[in-house]
Amino acid sequence: MEVVDQFLAMGGYARFVWPAYAVAVIVMGGLLIETIVTYRKRRRALDAAEKLRR
Amino acid sequence: MFRLANPNRFMQWSGKLLPWCAIATAIFLGLGLWLALFVAPPDYQQGESVRIMYVHVPSAYMATTVYAIMAVASAVALIWRHPVADIAAREAAPLGAGFTLLCLVSGSLWGKPMWGTWWVWDARLTSVLVLFFLYLGYIALINAFDEPTRGARAGAILALVGVVNLPIIKFSVDWWNTLHQPASIFRLGGPTIAASMLWPLAVMALGFTLFFVTLWLMRIRSALMAAKLRALRLQQAV
Repeated sequence: MEVVDQFLAMGGYARFVWPAYAVAVIVMGGLLIETIVTYRKRRRALDAAEKLRR
Repeated sequence: MFRLANPNRFMQWSGKLLPWCAIATAIFLGLGLWLALFVAPPDYQQGESVRIMYVHVPSAYMATTVYAIMAVASAVALIWRHPVADIAAREAAPLGAGFTLLCLVSGSLWGKPMWGTWWVWDARLTSVLVLFFLYLGYIALINAFDEPTRGARAGAILALVGVVNLPIIKFSVDWWNTLHQPASIFRLGGPTIAASMLWPLAVMALGFTLFFVTLWLMRIRSALMAAKLRALRLQQAV
C-alpha cells in the first residue's frame, strides 16, 4: 500500500496534480456526454420521422 | 474536397470514419495517461508537479489549433457560402472553449506551486484568457440572431478578426517579459525538452487531437441530422 500512497502523494504536489487531471476528466467528459446524448436524441428523432414518411 | 463536403456525402464518409476515430482516441488517451502518470520521470527541478504538463500543453495546443480550424471553416463559409463549413465552425467552438478552459485551469494549478501564484496578468496568460472570451463571444453571437444565417455570418467575421490573437499567444513569451517559459517544443532548432517527457507529451497531444476530431465529426453529424429533421417536418406540415 505504501507504493500506492507514494504515488497518490505526487511528491507533495497531490493537491495540484490531481485537480488538474480531475478538471480534464470533467471538461472532456462533459463535452463527450453532451455530444453523445444530443447525437442519440437526433438520430432517434430522424429515424422516427423517416419511418413516418414512408 | 467540396464533393466530400456535400451533406449527404459527409454523412456517408464520416459515419464510416467515426468508429475508428473513437477507438484510436481511446487507445491514445489511455496510453498517454499511463505514460504521463507512470512512465514519464519527475522533473529534476519541478518534481512530480511536472505531470500537470501532460494536461496543460495538449490542451493549450488544442485551444489554439481548434481556433485556427474554426477560422478556416468560417472563411470557407463566408467565401463559398458552404452550409457544412458554417456547421463545422459552429460545432468546433464549444470544444475549443473547453480546451481553453482546461488550459487556463491546469496552468493555474501548475503556476501556484512553481511560480507562487495562481495567476498573473502577463501577455501569455492574458492572451489565452482573451482566446477563451473569443470562443464565448462567438458562441453568444451566432445564437443572438433570429435568422440563423445572419448569426453564422456575424460569427464567421468575429472568428476571422480574432485570428490576430493566435500569433500574439504564440509569440507573447518572446515579445514580452513573462513568468511563462518560452517555447520548448515547436521552436527553431528543435525541442529542448527531454525525450523521456517529449514522447508521453506527443502521445497525449495525439490523443487530444483524436478526441477533438471524434467529437467534432459527431457534432457536425448531429447538426446535419437536426437540419434534415427540420426539412422533413416542414415537408409534412405542407
